[in-house]
Amino acid sequence: MLQLDRATVHFGHRPALDEVSLDVATHESVCVLGPSGSGKSTLLRAVAGLQELDAGRVLLGGKDQRGVPAHRRGVGLMFQDHQLFPQRDVGGNIAFGLRMHGAGRDRQRSRVAELLDLVGLADAAPRPVGELSGGEQQRVALARALAPNPRLLMLDEPLGQLDRSLRERLVLELRELFQELGTTVLAVTHDQQEAFTLADRVVVMREGRLAQTGTPMEVWQHPADAFVARFLGFHNLTAATVRGEAAETAWGGIGVPAGSRQGAATVLVRPTGVRLTDSGAGLDCRVTARTFLGGQVAVHLQPEGAPRLEALCPLHSAPAPGDKVTVAFAPPQDGEIVVLPAEDAA
Amino acid sequence: MTSTDVTSTDVTRTGATAPPRVPRRRQRRRSAARLGLMAVPAVFFALFFAYPVAAIVGRGLRDGGHWQFGRLTEVLGDAGIRQVLWFTTWQALASTALTLLIALPGAYVLARLDFPGKSLLRALVTVPFVLPTVVAGTAFLALLGRGGLLDDLWGVRLDTTVWAILLAHVFFNYAVVVRTVGGLWSQLDPRQEEAARMLGASRAAAWRTVTLPALGPAVAAAALMVFLFTFTSFGVVTILGGPAYATLEVEIYRQTADVFDLPTAAVLTLVQLTAVALILAVHAWTVRRRESTLRLLAPESTARAPRGAGQWALLAGVLLSVLLLLLLPLAVLVQRSFDTAAGYGLGYYRALTSADSNVFLVPPIDAVGNSLTYALAATGIALVIGTLAAAALTRPGRAGRLVRGFDALLMLPLGVSAVTVGFGFLISLDEPPLDLRASWILVPLAQALVGVPFVVRTMLPVLRALDTRLREAAAVLGASPLRVWREVDLPLVRRALLVAAGFAFAVSLGEFGATVFIARPDNPTLPVAVARLLGRAGELNYGQAMALSVILMAVCTLSLLLLERLRPRTGGAAGGPAAPTGEM
Repeated sequence: MLQLDRATVHFGHRPALDEVSLDVATHESVCVLGPSGSGKSTLLRAVAGLQELDAGRVLLGGKDQRGVPAHRRGVGLMFQDHQLFPQRDVGGNIAFGLRMHGAGRDRQRSRVAELLDLVGLADAAPRPVGELSGGEQQRVALARALAPNPRLLMLDEPLGQLDRSLRERLVLELRELFQELGTTVLAVTHDQQEAFTLADRVVVMREGRLAQTGTPMEVWQHPADAFVARFLGFHNLTAATVRGEAAETAWGGIGVPAGSRQGAATVLVRPTGVRLTDSGAGLDCRVTARTFLGGQVAVHLQPEGAPRLEALCPLHSAPAPGDKVTVAFAPPQDGEIVVLPAEDAA
Repeated sequence: MTSTDVTSTDVTRTGATAPPRVPRRRQRRRSAARLGLMAVPAVFFALFFAYPVAAIVGRGLRDGGHWQFGRLTEVLGDAGIRQVLWFTTWQALASTALTLLIALPGAYVLARLDFPGKSLLRALVTVPFVLPTVVAGTAFLALLGRGGLLDDLWGVRLDTTVWAILLAHVFFNYAVVVRTVGGLWSQLDPRQEEAARMLGASRAAAWRTVTLPALGPAVAAAALMVFLFTFTSFGVVTILGGPAYATLEVEIYRQTADVFDLPTAAVLTLVQLTAVALILAVHAWTVRRRESTLRLLAPESTARAPRGAGQWALLAGVLLSVLLLLLLPLAVLVQRSFDTAAGYGLGYYRALTSADSNVFLVPPIDAVGNSLTYALAATGIALVIGTLAAAALTRPGRAGRLVRGFDALLMLPLGVSAVTVGFGFLISLDEPPLDLRASWILVPLAQALVGVPFVVRTMLPVLRALDTRLREAAAVLGASPLRVWREVDLPLVRRALLVAAGFAFAVSLGEFGATVFIARPDNPTLPVAVARLLGRAGELNYGQAMALSVILMAVCTLSLLLLERLRPRTGGAAGGPAAPTGEM
């Protein structure tokens, strides 16, 4: 459906998009994930035709889109802050794209009703958009983008400005809706939870390049490097020297899976792989703080003369700040320890 | 991420939050404070505006203790007067259309394109607006008139046609359109257009369906302002109109000064007043309508380098029109002031210092001193009255009908035209208890009246944008109310005060319509002296008028530049006051 072929965009000397190649298949949902400034919005704008490429190609349905203006590409874009037209009411916003495509009045009316129904805002057509709540605006923006039946729907931080609980609910709704409609989706977000829920495939971007591509499970289990791991929220990372199935780290020796890369490396220990023991053998730490995550507690640990560690404990057995604890690492077969390439000295 | 600007700008007020519910007693105290602040401006306006206007009404429609409404139909039935009314209206309409046609591309270029020298261009475009009408008149005379540049080059003279008037009006009001429309345009989110494009709208359709409706109210407001300014045009038409063309303003002056028919002048003033009140009412209505919920961005974030042949052509066209219409007349004016019969030199300037011309009782150069003194006094008065009024308008509490009326009253002198003010002063302040005829303060009072609206419009947005939470933060940190004012309000307002002072000063310096009625022959101001010199035949008088115009222009520009220097460059937390042209 969509192919990017070494797409490159420069802003001044800085590449915002650096030879990015990416395929999105029909009915597939792809989510581009990256920190702000990583070039993910530029990627969407390049596909939309709102940003010219300095090099490379964008193909839609196999056709090179060079010189095709934005309104002829047949793609939809949901903007970060929705960009609803303030002069029009809800119905007027949704009907806009239909009007631009020359749909008749009756067709417009029925399609608006159909879409409002779809996003759960039946009867909202005559309301002014200024009165809508954040979640309602998001639904109207979605309905507006879907109305002309775009062959590819792009979402730019679709839930960025909403509060957390609403976001968690809406992202599930979006996912179900897109699966039901069979929409081809390319979304960008900086929120990994959103990306992992929404997407069949996740693309992590860093400084205009693709850092990793894979299914949510693949990326989650095997981050490509320390950058991706950190971006996914993992903080237990340390430089290591790997020999055979053992890694020498600031936290002491850690067993790593067979077949791990050898020599200088970075070792990632998931918080679930940091286990508090009573056996006395292991790394002595002091508890500095706790964060509560639903049914579990993240415990922040300060070992003697080594980087901090984060461990996940069940609610009932979490130590209190100031407590002294001993830490052991999970055995390699649990999949909690991952060996990544060594980070640059920089 | 783009920062949305939710402070109130002078173009669109966004998201006004409802005032919190306040106990009745506090409400009463607040109203009392507001009335106290309103008192001084109200008395000022009653004495120097309402009273003179009442005197005009009396003079026009009362005779021997009886109302004479028949006089109204009598004056309006006169074919000559009807001619004046018709000309006043159609030239204002034509000027407005022409200004929009030429200035809207300029508004776009300054709002949406980014190019080297942009801030210089923006400054250049604003200059004509603060120049005295008399300078514009002489500049276009030097360009289009007898012995003017076009006459020299191709033998073309436009000063006997209406085109000279129309072009001079464009010269003046270009800035009104660029600042009012361009100001909003630069803050519109370009992604609104992109959103339309993504839904299948072509570039043109996106502009028509999204940007134009958003700009519409600003365009309407700018058009109304231009219409108002050109409808009441005096200096330009006096100089360029010749005997053939007269606006209502010019006719009122003629009836007063040449024909000595005060009742007819009074009736005409009433007609003018009614017309202006109507225009202002429509303007107030559009202002209220445009307070829609547009999301505004920081202007810097929306401009892009020009791309494609179309945008470059537009930029070139705008630069060319600015060069031809705004800069060339001023350049020719300067050139003419040095171009004496004996070759280039300071001959005309030297002649200004001698008293033996038969036009004045004093050397014309004395007018510089007079103008500066008057303008300084007028600025002081306008600042006090205008700031008090603006403070009263921004007091917390419910803005009732009284306050809105007060707001409208403040704007009235601007539209009611200088000639009305001058004429009113002439016939009302000439007997006890208010006999100011012999006092020098008469001229500054009239000029201040014209300057107050500028002060109010500059101060209002800044005062409105002052965040009460800043004051609360200071109070919590231990500042007394007076300290809060000194430490929080004053630093934020100082910049706006200086800008307001600059505008009031420039307006006073260039004020012509009112001053020409009341300035004493031995104490002319610069614009009055220029007009009087132009009224006499002879090359020396013409050259002196050019030279004196250049001096007036220099004084104006210098005082504004000086002000720009004085102005502290601290960040615009209060959302810079922009030009006062936005909401007038």
